[in-house]
Amino acid sequence: MIPVAFDYVKAGSVDEAVAALAAGGEDAKVLGGGQSLMPVLRLRMNAPSVLVDVSRIDELRAVTDEGGSILIGAGVTTYEVMHHEAIKAGAPLLSRAAGEVADPAIRHRGTFGGSCTHADPAGDLPTVARCLDAEFVIAGPGGRRTVGAADFFVDYFTTAVGVDEVLVAVRVPKLGDGWGFDYQKFHRTAQSWAIVGAAAAVKVEGGTIAEARVALTNVASSPHRATATETALTGGPATADAIAAAAESAADGTNPTSDTHADAEFRQHLARVLTKRAVSNAAGL
Amino acid sequence: MTATDERTDGPAIGRPMRRKEDARLLTGRTNWTDNIQLPGTLWMATVRSPVAHARITAIDTSAALAAEGVVHVYTGADFPDLAGSTCVWPVTDDIQTAVMPAICKDVVKFAGDVVAIVLATEKYLAADAASMVDVDYDPLPAVVDMELALAEGSTIVHPEFGTNRTYTAKMPCGDYEAVRAKADRVVKRRFINQRLIPNTMEPRAVVAAPAVGMSDEITIWTSSQIPHVLRVLLALVTGIPENNLRVVAPDVGGGFGAKLQINREEVLAVVLAQKTGRPIKWVEARSEHFVSTHHGRDQIQDIELAVTNDGTILGMKVELLADMGAYLQIITPGTPLLGMFMYSGIYKMEALDFTCTGVYTNKTPTDAYRGAGRPEATYAIERIVDEAAAELGIEPLELRKKNWIKHEEFPYTQIAGLTYDTGNYEAATARALELFGYDELRAEQKARRDAGDTVQLGIGISTFTEMCGLAPSRTLGALNYVAGGWEHCTIRALPTGKIELITGTSPHGQGHETAWSQIASDIIGVPVEDIEVVHSDTGRAPYGMDTYGSRSLAVGGQAIKVAGERLVEKARLIAAHQLEVSPDDIEFSQGTFAVKGDAEKSLTLQALAFEAFRAHNLPDGLEPTLAGESTVDPIDFSYPHGTHLAAMEVDTETGQVTLRKYVAVDDCGVQINPMIVDGQVHGGLAQGIAQALYEGALYDSEGQLLTGSMGDYLLPSAADLPSFITDQTVTPSTTHPLGTKGIGEAGAIASTPAIINGVVDAIRHLGVNDVFMPASPQNVWRAIQNAKGGQA
Repeated sequence: MIPVAFDYVKAGSVDEAVAALAAGGEDAKVLGGGQSLMPVLRLRMNAPSVLVDVSRIDELRAVTDEGGSILIGAGVTTYEVMHHEAIKAGAPLLSRAAGEVADPAIRHRGTFGGSCTHADPAGDLPTVARCLDAEFVIAGPGGRRTVGAADFFVDYFTTAVGVDEVLVAVRVPKLGDGWGFDYQKFHRTAQSWAIVGAAAAVKVEGGTIAEARVALTNVASSPHRATATETALTGGPATADAIAAAAESAADGTNPTSDTHADAEFRQHLARVLTKRAVSNAAGL
Repeated sequence: MTATDERTDGPAIGRPMRRKEDARLLTGRTNWTDNIQLPGTLWMATVRSPVAHARITAIDTSAALAAEGVVHVYTGADFPDLAGSTCVWPVTDDIQTAVMPAICKDVVKFAGDVVAIVLATEKYLAADAASMVDVDYDPLPAVVDMELALAEGSTIVHPEFGTNRTYTAKMPCGDYEAVRAKADRVVKRRFINQRLIPNTMEPRAVVAAPAVGMSDEITIWTSSQIPHVLRVLLALVTGIPENNLRVVAPDVGGGFGAKLQINREEVLAVVLAQKTGRPIKWVEARSEHFVSTHHGRDQIQDIELAVTNDGTILGMKVELLADMGAYLQIITPGTPLLGMFMYSGIYKMEALDFTCTGVYTNKTPTDAYRGAGRPEATYAIERIVDEAAAELGIEPLELRKKNWIKHEEFPYTQIAGLTYDTGNYEAATARALELFGYDELRAEQKARRDAGDTVQLGIGISTFTEMCGLAPSRTLGALNYVAGGWEHCTIRALPTGKIELITGTSPHGQGHETAWSQIASDIIGVPVEDIEVVHSDTGRAPYGMDTYGSRSLAVGGQAIKVAGERLVEKARLIAAHQLEVSPDDIEFSQGTFAVKGDAEKSLTLQALAFEAFRAHNLPDGLEPTLAGESTVDPIDFSYPHGTHLAAMEVDTETGQVTLRKYVAVDDCGVQINPMIVDGQVHGGLAQGIAQALYEGALYDSEGQLLTGSMGDYLLPSAADLPSFITDQTVTPSTTHPLGTKGIGEAGAIASTPAIINGVVDAIRHLGVNDVFMPASPQNVWRAIQNAKGGQA
C-alpha cells in the first residue's frame, strides 16, 4: 500500500469530527472502518488532505431500540448488524443481508454507515435500507438533519451527506407482525460484490399480499425500488404464478451498467429472476 | 485429507510427515525479499505506460528529479541497448524474436510497459516521484485479437518483422489426412483457452546489493523459482561476469511459473546497484503485478477428432493460435509447444497433426503458468472426447475405455513419440467411480432432466496424463531449447555428524526441505531432523536447474538418491579400513556400518563423518571429508496420470454453476510424503477449477486490461470450493530409481476439462455443446439462450 501522504485526526465526538472536516476543507475525508477508503487510497485514486477518524466516537457505535424503529450508529460494524439482538429482532432483513457482505474480516471492520455513505450501487446494505425506508441522521456545521432513503442515495458513490458533514446514525423502521422477507445476492465468488441483489419484504394476509416492498442492488446508479413489481404484487394472491408475473416488471426503470461480470441485459434478467425468488421466499412459498 | 504420521522409526519415504517448513512459515518467521533491509537502500519505482501501443514523443523528468528524496530518474535513453529479458527457447529456425527492452525508448508495446524508473530514498517518495514523470504518447492502433493480428492490413507490433506471426511450428505424426478419409465422423470444435493472470501470494520483489570490500560480487535476492538459471541469464543480459553474481531466492511465496522468468526489474536492479553503488529494492504492487508479471495460457484451439461409428479414435488435428503478447520472454514461444506431445492424452490413435502459430499482440507477454502447455492440450483432448461421445451417442466413459492404453500395454510409445513407462488407467478410474457414486449421480441427472428441474446436474470426466519432470537434456536440445534438464545434489556429512543436503531445486512452497530429508534419511540412515536442506542460493548451492514443470522430485530426487549412495560408499571404505575388514564384509543398515556376522564391530555414519574430517586414519589414497554428489540427467520425462470426476449443478435460469462434488484419483507412482502430494493436488485443483469457473483476463479493443484487480479478476477462496475427495493409485515409474512421478501440476491440468465437461453435460439436452471459460453465470446463460435460438 503506497498512498499519497495525508494528515490524520482522531475525533472524540461528532462535533469534533465536524470541526475537523471544516478545518480540512473539501479534500478532507471521513475514515470509519476503512474498507472502501483504504483500497481507494492504496490505488492512489484519491488524495485526501486529512482523514478524520470517526471509529472511536461512542455515539456512532450505539444501537438503540426506539420502539417503532432501531437507531443504528453509523460506526456499527457489519458483523454487529448481523449479530446484535435488537437489530436481529427489529430489522431481521438487515441482519440477514449483512451476512452476505464480503467476508468475515471485512464484516468485522466495515461499518453500516460506511457502506451507506460509500454508496456503491453494488453494496448490499444500502439496498436493504432503501427497502425498509430507513432514515439517515446527518450532522454538519449547521446542526443535524434527517434524510429519507429515497433522497439519501443520489447517484454512483454519491449521497446527501455533504463534504463537511458526518453520517451519525441510520433509523430503520420495524416492519411489525405478519411480514416476511428475503435478500437474494447473486455473485460469482463468496467474497465478491453483488452482480445483482434483490431485497423483498411482503405482508401476507389470508393468502393475499397486502403490502410489498422490493429493492434491487446494482441495477441503477443507486438502490432501486421496483415500484411496478410492488404495485403488481399488492392486493394480488401470494401464489408462485402471481409472483412470477409481477417479477416480470422488476427491471422496469432500471439502468444497469455493463462490466466484466455481467452486461446490462443479463443484469436485467437477473433482476427479474432474483425478485421472483426473493418475493417467493418472503411470502413463505 | 491425509492424516499426519509423526513416528520416527521405520522408513521415512511414504510417511505423511508434517512439513519442517510450516512452523516457521505459519508463525511469520520468514525472510521474504521485502523483509530484506540494507542500509543506504534506494527504492525503485516504475513508470508504466497506460496505453497499449504508442510512440513516446517526450518525457519530462524534471518534476520527479526535483521531488523529495529522489536520487535518479532514468529513461530508455539512459540504457538504449539494455535488454529487460531474454528468450532461451527459439522454437523454430525462422522465429521472429522481439526482445523486451529494460526501459522503452521510442515505442511502448503493452499497457504496463516500462518507460522510466525512479530511485528514491524511501518507498513512498519513489512512488510519489514516479507519478510526477510526464510522458507524452502519440497513440498507435493496438493489436489485441490474434486473428485480426494475422489478417491483411493489421497494425504490426514489431514493424521490422513485417508480420505479427512469431513462428509456426508443425509436428505431423502419422498420416492424418489418410485416417480422416476413412473416418465415419470428424468431430470439430473451437476451444478458447483463455488468458490467465497468475497470482502468487507474494508478488515479485528484488533487492540487489553492490559489491563491497574485497569482493566484486553483486548479491541479488529475488522472489524467483530459478536462482541458478537467473544467474546465467543476468550475466548474459547485463554483461556482468557470472562469477560476480550471486543470486538468492529467499522465502518465496508461490511461483506457479510466474517466477520462472528473467524480469526487467531484476535486470535494472542489478545494473543500477552496480552503477550507483547502493542497494536497489523493488517490490511489486498488486495492481502492477496484474499488468506486468507474465500471463498464462491464451490459445485458440481448432480441434478435429476423426472417429469411427463404433467409437474408435483414428486421429486428431490440432491447429493453435498462441498469444505471445508483446515480447518473447524466457520460454514464451515454447510454452504452447510443451503441450505438443500431449494432445493424444491417454488414447491410442494412428495420427496426430499438430500446428501452432505464435502471434504478437499489444498485451502483457505470456509464459509458463502451472502446467504450461499441458493444461491446454489436456483441455482439448478431454473436451473433444466428450463431444465425440455425445455425437456418437456413446457413454463418455465407455468411449475413453475403448481407446485408452491398457495397463498391460505399457511401456507404450504413443503417437507423438513419447514412451509412457507405466500407468493403470483402469485402476484409477475404477477407484474414482467408486468414490464418486457415478451410477447414483447419473440416475439423479436423469430424474432432474425428466422433471425439467431449474437446477440441472452434469458429470464431468477427465482421464488425463501429462509429461513432466523436465527434462532429458538431449530431448531439450532436439527442441531448440538452449539449456539442459539435469539436476544436482551434494550431501555432506559434517564433522559433528549433521547432514547438509545441497540441492539445485528451488522450492517456493512445495516442501522440499521435508521431502528431500525423507529421501536422504532412508538412504544414509540419518534421522530426518538431522538433515538440513540447503537450496536457492548460488553461493551455497552452486549447481542447479531449479524448480518448474514438476521436475524437482522427478529429476532432483534422482540426484539425491545417487548422492546419498555415493556418500555411503565412501563411508563404507573408511569403516572397512578402521574395522580391518574388506569393504565387501561391511553391512550398512540404518546409519550403521557393521562387520557381517559380528554386529558388535560397527561404526555409525556420524562417527565416520568425524573420522573423515580429522583424517588421522583413512585408507591410503582416500581423500578426507565425507560427501557424495551427483548430477543426474533423466532418461525420460515423467508421466503421472489420474481420473477426475466432477458433479456440476447448473441453475438454468441464472447460469450459476455450483461444484457439488469433486473426486481426484491421482497416480504419481511412489509417494515420498503423501500429505505433500495431497497438498499439491488440492492447490492444483483450485487453480484448474478457477480457470474453468472464475479466472480470465479481459482486454478492451484498445488493449486496456479490464481485469486489473481482484475485484474484476476473480480468484476462488475456500468458501467457493467443496472439500475435495482425493485418493491415489500407485503404479511406480520404471524410469525413476525411486519409482516416483511428478505431481506439482496434475491437479491444475486435470481439473479444468472435468469442470467444463460437467457444465456442458448438465445442459447438453438444452442444445449446448460448449461454454466459454470461465463458465461465469453470464457465459452459461448466454450458451443456453443461444441454443434456444438455434445459434449454438
